[in-house]
Amino acid sequence: MFEAVIFYVFAAILLAAGLRVITARNPVHAAMFLVLSFFTASGIWLLLRAEFLAIALLLVYVGAVMVLFLFVVMMLDINIERLREGFWKNLPLAIVVGGIMMAEMAAVLAGRYFGVAPRPRALPADYSNTKELGRLIYTDYAFAFEVAAVILLVAIIAAIALTLRKRKDTRYQDPSLQVRVRREDRVRLVSMPAEKDQ
Amino acid sequence: MTLTLSHYLVLGALLFAISVIGIFLNRRNLIILLMAIELMLLSVNLNFVAFSHFLGDPAGQVFVFFILTVAAAESAIGLAILVVLFRAIHTINVEDLDTLKG
Repeated sequence: MFEAVIFYVFAAILLAAGLRVITARNPVHAAMFLVLSFFTASGIWLLLRAEFLAIALLLVYVGAVMVLFLFVVMMLDINIERLREGFWKNLPLAIVVGGIMMAEMAAVLAGRYFGVAPRPRALPADYSNTKELGRLIYTDYAFAFEVAAVILLVAIIAAIALTLRKRKDTRYQDPSLQVRVRREDRVRLVSMPAEKDQ
Repeated sequence: MTLTLSHYLVLGALLFAISVIGIFLNRRNLIILLMAIELMLLSVNLNFVAFSHFLGDPAGQVFVFFILTVAAAESAIGLAILVVLFRAIHTINVEDLDTLKG
């Protein structure tokens, strides 16, 4: 009963925050509401006993990805009025498409196939979600785990390579030129007649 | 009253529909489009976690782990492209991105 109350409250907050993300005028507000929806979703994941993923969602998304979003939003000088032109023009089409998708999914998911049968198994008292996930990742899914690491590496390199900007007015050293230099290039020996004592 | 799998699945479906509507509404604003995609991935992850809990199979949570990884990489590269785009043409309006038009 208590769990159901928490679920409904969190679901309401999640949906309200999601609606505000897509309708907010200011992109910074949209990012903040996205933070709220991630936070609430991690609460719902806690209800589903996915402790590790709930904390990972907070750390990765709220801590890193959303900060990145906020940085980018604040760096760009956006003309919001132009972007909002005809904002509600597509609403009827959007509602029709979203409503059809929603109705289809609800027809399948809210039926008796998903409603009754599966019951969550009772977890033992010393069950550790993190331990279980770690065991799976490093045994059954070790290869996929390494591929995920490579994907992250590619993302790092791609993001840096895309945004790297070479400045023309900066003076760089070229080590190969420095090594290749010879004495004759730098020192000129001039033979002069010796000065005489007065 | 107990919570069933359907509760969580319908919540995920609602969130997915909201983000689809968001993509329709904000079709010019590239940043909000990226945010709507993040919301979509969140609803998919919610479904994975719900199935994993109700079927008692932790493999679903491993999948969520990988989806989180890919989504983080995707948003990092997407935002990098956005910054480069803004530097080049000083707008993020999708309708101005017509230089590849034949």
